[in-house]
Amino acid sequence: MFEVLQNDTLAPNVHRMVIRAPRIAKARQPGQFVIVHPEEGGERIPLTIGDADPQAGTITLFIQAVGASTLKIVNTPVGGSIRDIAGPLGKATEIEQWGRVACVGGGLGTAVLYPLAKALAESGNEVTTIIGGRSKPFIILAEELAAFSTEVLVATEDGSQGQQGFVTNVLQDLIDNPDKRPSAVFAIGPVPMMRAVAELTRPYGIKTIVSLNPIMIDGTGMCGGCRVKVGDETKFACVDGPEFDGHLVDFGLLMDRLSMYRDTEAKILEELPKELRDKIIKVKR
Amino acid sequence: MKRQMTPKERMAIDRVKMPEQDPQRRIGNFEEVNQGLNEEQAIREAQRCLLCKNRPCVAGCPVRVRIPEFIAALAEGDLPEAARILLADNTLPAVCGRVCPQESQCEKVCVRGNKGAPVAIGYLERFVADWALAHPEKLHKESQPTPTGKKVAIVGSGPAGLTMAGELARKGHGVTLFEALHDTGGVLRYGIPEFRLPKRIVDIEVKRLKDLGVNIECNVVVGKTLTLDELREEFDAVFIGNGAGLPIMLNIDGENLKGVYSANEYLTRVNLMAAWRNDVPTPIIHGKHVAVIGGGNTAMDAVRTSRRLGAEQSIIVYRRTEAEMPARIEEIHHAKEEGIEFILLAAPVKILGDENGWVKGLLCQRMELGEPDASGRRRPVPIEGETFTLDVDVVVNAIGTRANPLLTATAPDLKLNKWGNIETDEHGATNLPGVFAGGDIVRGGATVILAMGDGKSSAQAIDAYLSQKN
Ligand SMILES: Cc1cc2nc3c(=O)[nH]c(=O)nc-3n(C[C@H](O)[C@H](O)[C@H](O)COP(=O)(O)OP(=O)(O)OC[C@H]3O[C@@H](n4cnc5c(N)ncnc54)[C@H](O)[C@@H]3O)c2cc1C
Ligand SMILES: Cc1cc2nc3c(=O)[nH]c(=O)nc-3n(C[C@H](O)[C@H](O)[C@H](O)COP(=O)(O)OP(=O)(O)OC[C@H]3O[C@@H](n4cnc5c(N)ncnc54)[C@H](O)[C@@H]3O)c2cc1C
Ligand code: SF4
Ligand code: SF4
Ligand code: FES
Repeated sequence: MFEVLQNDTLAPNVHRMVIRAPRIAKARQPGQFVIVHPEEGGERIPLTIGDADPQAGTITLFIQAVGASTLKIVNTPVGGSIRDIAGPLGKATEIEQWGRVACVGGGLGTAVLYPLAKALAESGNEVTTIIGGRSKPFIILAEELAAFSTEVLVATEDGSQGQQGFVTNVLQDLIDNPDKRPSAVFAIGPVPMMRAVAELTRPYGIKTIVSLNPIMIDGTGMCGGCRVKVGDETKFACVDGPEFDGHLVDFGLLMDRLSMYRDTEAKILEELPKELRDKIIKVKR
Repeated sequence: MKRQMTPKERMAIDRVKMPEQDPQRRIGNFEEVNQGLNEEQAIREAQRCLLCKNRPCVAGCPVRVRIPEFIAALAEGDLPEAARILLADNTLPAVCGRVCPQESQCEKVCVRGNKGAPVAIGYLERFVADWALAHPEKLHKESQPTPTGKKVAIVGSGPAGLTMAGELARKGHGVTLFEALHDTGGVLRYGIPEFRLPKRIVDIEVKRLKDLGVNIECNVVVGKTLTLDELREEFDAVFIGNGAGLPIMLNIDGENLKGVYSANEYLTRVNLMAAWRNDVPTPIIHGKHVAVIGGGNTAMDAVRTSRRLGAEQSIIVYRRTEAEMPARIEEIHHAKEEGIEFILLAAPVKILGDENGWVKGLLCQRMELGEPDASGRRRPVPIEGETFTLDVDVVVNAIGTRANPLLTATAPDLKLNKWGNIETDEHGATNLPGVFAGGDIVRGGATVILAMGDGKSSAQAIDAYLSQKN
């Protein structure tokens, strides 16, 4: 059992949870994730380790409630505990000296981006962070990211915060500016966003790393359910990733495979109390 | 004392038939197919044993269960004694009595089988084991061992790890079992379905270990959460029984379509994550027409599972003939009773998809048997130009698994063979002092009883190692 020490709401349906997991906190490196199994007979849910404190023996997860299982997790109160958490899983981010990098986060992806951006900055890279969301309430972690970024640029679809438009518009401006052009881009968010970023940087030959979020079960390479296509090869995202070269990823396939259980998920959602259901539908849109 | 039966009397008894759930009924549920013998049936079957002096059956069993001895006690109706003998030789008899390939081991060499059918050793083993599970109070009390103060870490809670844990705990060593998944049992839990091995049995076996003082920690992925080096520092010895769980992909077109599963994923969703129950959120695609590729136990388990999940048509596609199928005969027989179709001498070439990325068919190549290959089995070769398509909406790949490199990749000093299996001597010792390994990670995909046998023999080696190490 893993005790929940803190549980804050950052944005509609987005929670930051601090959980006691000493071994994971000690072993974890940026870019890695855990698998959370909230209840007997439940699904196994992959979640990025947002932060960790090896001294205190805690990890931080940022979780967006999008379905029955994530809802169950975020509804664990402080003092309560989570049944199973396994990790750290996946490869750690390869931190290189890029000089200037752009970190692009969309929606909840910003939370997944956070540990990575922090690690890049800590190892001497100059980090420009771009975060995007539908509107102001969905912009998360701007302050936390500002603590180590040279600049945090915000884009919202409705213009309620920062520039109106998409993160790709902001990124384009950076690329067009010789003083700000990044030598590498890290993009994490909804699949269409990551694909758009990869398409944007491709003609410029700017290295672009994305973090993939296929459906997973074990997270240890044992089921093959998380397979993604990168270049001509089939990879298991849980052990070969989750980060890959965005210019090689088959995003169409990823998106398609993510929809595999849409009918079942819709049915499970149907069975939730109306109030919770509406909350989720609003976020999922 | 009762009069001993004469061999002639023993020879006159026919082999018992296992009571089974009716095929039509059982394809609608996940309850056990084999219902188990009752006491009368078991005793009568036990009386068929000729109590041979040279006991070929014992040599046929990888863990050398004292078969005639436990059967003799059973024939006398002395169940506590039968259970004592059996449990002393086999830590998981309720499991083995159900899933051991008896027909190719103990029963294959049974003398009684020279004329008529062999003694149903597996059924009797199951009977005695189930009786023992139901009557813990009647069992001989195990004496509490004196703690040795030595600590051993075990990686993996499959049959190899569970056996090892029991053996070492009984010798007084402090045992911690680390399991990557959220529940114990390895393949017994996530692979073999409820209708062949109820999970209740795995639960009871695991509880017995806990009662012996074994400390079980799930959600620990060795190689990630803790490394082998860390275990070696903290413990006096380490046993690795992490199985061979990496699925071998088909590497054909269409493998990434929706509705294509590895058997590991398919069975894990259904077994470990209970997708067969309708009160849990775990999703699974319930195909109407399901093709399972392969001919082993895994393929049979997957195809019979698909039937129970409501498929109208469930098909085995296998590239050789039935004679070469590695699955247990009982499983093939049960599958047929359940209406599973067998398409033999056929190999998958391509999985066909519809415009939305879902499976809609499986293109197969007709094969014929050619010259024997390295395994001695005749090699299947394609018949030029003969292909056909099966209209299916789910495809399950059950062609096999290999060693998962997750642990070994973080232990570069550990010696592996060219397939990624850990190299050991005959006692399970690896090239690293104090590190032992056994089960599928050493043998490649093998059997429950061989994994248990490894656990048992390595336990002795570890015990010896610990006693000379101060
Ligand atoms: C490596 C990785 C890291 C992730 N990190 C985070 C994170 O830090 N915070 C966060 O909120 N989310 C993260 N996700 C996504 C998160 O796992 C899914 O949102 C979650 O599984 C949804 O489950 P649900 O039952 O609540 O919703 P459902 O209604 O079941 O599903 C909603 C959608 O989530 C996806 N999904 C469902 N089950 C799984 C599964 N077992 N594995 C992956 N995706 C699934 C599907 O696309 C589905 O359409 C990550 C995913 C991966 C693979
Ligand atoms: C579907 C199926 C049906 C089968 N049917 C039969 C049958 O009828 N009869 C028969 O005799 N055999 C059968 N077998 C084969 C048999 O189950 C295996 O040979 C046996 O389970 C091997 O035991 P093991 O202990 O070596 O490994 P496993 O049972 O594979 O257990 C290994 C355990 O280690 C865990 N693990 C892996 N990596 C790590 C890590 N890094 N850290 C911590 N834990 C880890 C795994 O999660 C797993 O729980 C079947 C196999 C399958 C897949
Ligand atoms: S363990 Fe298996 S091989 Fe040994 S006696 Fe029992 S059924 Fe036969
Ligand atoms: S070989 Fe058969 S008949 Fe002989 S002792 Fe063994 S089980 Fe009995
Ligand atoms: S989640 Fe099973 S192999 Fe990646």
